[in-house]
Amino acid sequence: MLLGRNAASLFWMARYVERAENMARLVEVSYRISLMPKPFRGHTNDWRSVLISAQCEATFDAKYDEASKENVIQHLVLDRENPSSIRSCMETARNNGRSVRTSLSRDVWESLNSTWNELSQLRASHLSSDKLPGLLDWIKQRSMLFRGAMLGTALRLDSFHFSQAGAFVERADNTARILDVKYHILLPRGSGPGSAIDQQQWASLLRSVSAHRAYRWAYKDASYQPWNVAQFLILNPAMPRSLIFCYNWITRSLNDLAADYGTRTDGNDIAERTLRKLAGADMEAIFQSGLHEFLVDFIVDNNRLTSEIANAYNFQ
Amino acid sequence: MAENFNEMLGPDGQVRAPYAILKQWLDTQSPADLRAKIREAESIFRRLGITFAVYGNEEAAERLIPFDIIPRIFAASEWRRLEAGIRQRVAALNAFIDDIYHRQEILRAGRVPSALVLQNEAYLPQMAGMTPARNVYAHIIGTDIVRVGEDEFYVLEDNCRTPSGVSYMLEDREAMMYLFPDLFARHRVAAIEHYPQMLRRTLDSVAPPACEGEPTCIVLTPGIYNSAFFEHAFLADEMGVQLCTGDDLYVDGGFLYMRTTRDPVRVDVVYRRIDDAFLDPLTFNPDSTLGVPGIFDAYRAGHVTIVNAPGTGIADDKAIYSFMPDIVEFYTGEKPLLNNVPTWRCSEDESLKYVLDHLPELVVKEVHGSGGYGMLVGPTASKKEITTFREILKKRPDNYIAQPTLALSSAPTFVKSGVAPRHVDLRPFVLTGDQIRITPGGFTRVAMKAGSLVVNSSQGGGTKDTWVLED
Repeated sequence: MLLGRNAASLFWMARYVERAENMARLVEVSYRISLMPKPFRGHTNDWRSVLISAQCEATFDAKYDEASKENVIQHLVLDRENPSSIRSCMETARNNGRSVRTSLSRDVWESLNSTWNELSQLRASHLSSDKLPGLLDWIKQRSMLFRGAMLGTALRLDSFHFSQAGAFVERADNTARILDVKYHILLPRGSGPGSAIDQQQWASLLRSVSAHRAYRWAYKDASYQPWNVAQFLILNPAMPRSLIFCYNWITRSLNDLAADYGTRTDGNDIAERTLRKLAGADMEAIFQSGLHEFLVDFIVDNNRLTSEIANAYNFQ
Repeated sequence: MAENFNEMLGPDGQVRAPYAILKQWLDTQSPADLRAKIREAESIFRRLGITFAVYGNEEAAERLIPFDIIPRIFAASEWRRLEAGIRQRVAALNAFIDDIYHRQEILRAGRVPSALVLQNEAYLPQMAGMTPARNVYAHIIGTDIVRVGEDEFYVLEDNCRTPSGVSYMLEDREAMMYLFPDLFARHRVAAIEHYPQMLRRTLDSVAPPACEGEPTCIVLTPGIYNSAFFEHAFLADEMGVQLCTGDDLYVDGGFLYMRTTRDPVRVDVVYRRIDDAFLDPLTFNPDSTLGVPGIFDAYRAGHVTIVNAPGTGIADDKAIYSFMPDIVEFYTGEKPLLNNVPTWRCSEDESLKYVLDHLPELVVKEVHGSGGYGMLVGPTASKKEITTFREILKKRPDNYIAQPTLALSSAPTFVKSGVAPRHVDLRPFVLTGDQIRITPGGFTRVAMKAGSLVVNSSQGGGTKDTWVLED
């Protein structure tokens, strides 16, 4: 038996760890780009574009005047007033985990708790350029430790399925959003496909989902083709951050829940519909009817799935 | 103040029998090794999140309670005497509460003044006539006991509401077995790790009349920001029951249910760790968002059992405390086995005058206070503190009681300077359901500062594992 509130905590605990990791990747890539010589960077303010990708413009502008490197990094990594900062994500994840302490294995709980204990001690001085890359690496490792502890020690009960649904709904949202932002907003209009800036943008996009090497293995192509990158991140079932991979996982988690409980919910239908849509899609058609429209639809459906799950299982 | 009783070295400086092996062992340990063990223990506690929230201290919102690595030891015979006294006292406390909410014979007999009970904030008129399962009200009692001599023990207070600390008792034991397995193995230490099962059995045994089949028990917590949240989660986990907040529960058709991911599940026994006032906004504090609307009516209807019962505070009120010897005698027909500390009730003119004249020698406490807040320890207070307190006391004398400063016993404790005696008290946890169950020993609190008598964890006190040796 699982309390509705506890199911919500498990869902959001895993979601926030995933979000923290994605934020770490995004900051890491942006920081890398900022080290490159000017001509390789986009025409927009790089750090402004990071805020757009992170969907943190509103909270940032409420607090800062200038989108300087220091301000943006501070806001995305340690700012307590930004609910999506890495610090806030890990705190929320840990507090959710704390309230369901009894449904977590000791390893899962310890991974969350130790991460938070260390992270809560960090000050702005830990964001200096010599320390930042190490810090971001550490965040990724802590997220992977959490995921590994979950996969390796959690009983495959309803509690596990809720956490997996949460993690992969978040990951799907992140991949779709980053792809949309890069493709739709950030790709400089003047520079045609194949230009240096274009290549740089696609490379950094792939890097932010830890996929730039995987891409080369999958496509055996030295340069980045937009349709290949989009195909890789949307329709490639082997790529663990692609939308179809996420929906395979979500569908399985929700179906396992339905099997455990002996009843299906609207959430099962929504997830399966999205999965079928992805499985039947081809890249050319998506590009023709508009990648942006496709991604926006996807994000809306993905959000609807969360409210459906919350509703069906009494998240409160 | 008299010389303190040293639990390791008796009055003659000889090592007392229960500490013989420990003393030998201590003499062979280097301070550096012991210090390393402390760091190891702290990192384990921190990693596991065994923390205690301290109110009004945002930076250290979650703090570790200092853990002392030297155990406190009782001989079997010492513990047997204590245990008998505790059983007697706990039985009397439950009989007293039952009487107060029914025939009030003790008031009619004039052994306790009516006004003191009936006008007491802790007396709940809503409980009048209520008879819970097995007539048990205070299912879990933490009796605070101090030692002042070889055979002299005093009860400082009876915590009959929601005593905490049992998780530290259990975790301290785990830590000791992990850090010092050899030392542990050289003693025959009575086991305590079955406390959660005993608690579960106690809860099961007080299921309400309406319960069918196996009772469903839960722990009700105010939530993760409560100072004792770790303990709430720990006990729920160890007992294998759900840990709920008020939001998880609702009353429907007079029964209590919890909201789950599937169908609602009926709840029979609520081990609540929220105060009476917050339990039910329909009956008590209407602003409470922590409780469950309607739970009290479900309780009165015999559909659910609340553990501890509402209104048990009347038995651990510090003004009532002074009548405990009479209370024990009245209900058990026996002389009390445990001493009560002589207590001046400042509400009485004569007593107030005495207290005001002797403040530097006395401990003055709030009648409803707990956690060591708002008290005066005369012998260690500054002149200015005493002057300030005198004014506070004059304004609301009925809010205070005073007691002589007891020469608390000390036990060897590892501090910065090495092993040194520090003052200790003891909180055994006593369970009452179908029978009275007591774990051997309890939760020892230690004042980490030299000379300090305040052992409360909210005031920087630490904890020790408590060993009761078997014969």
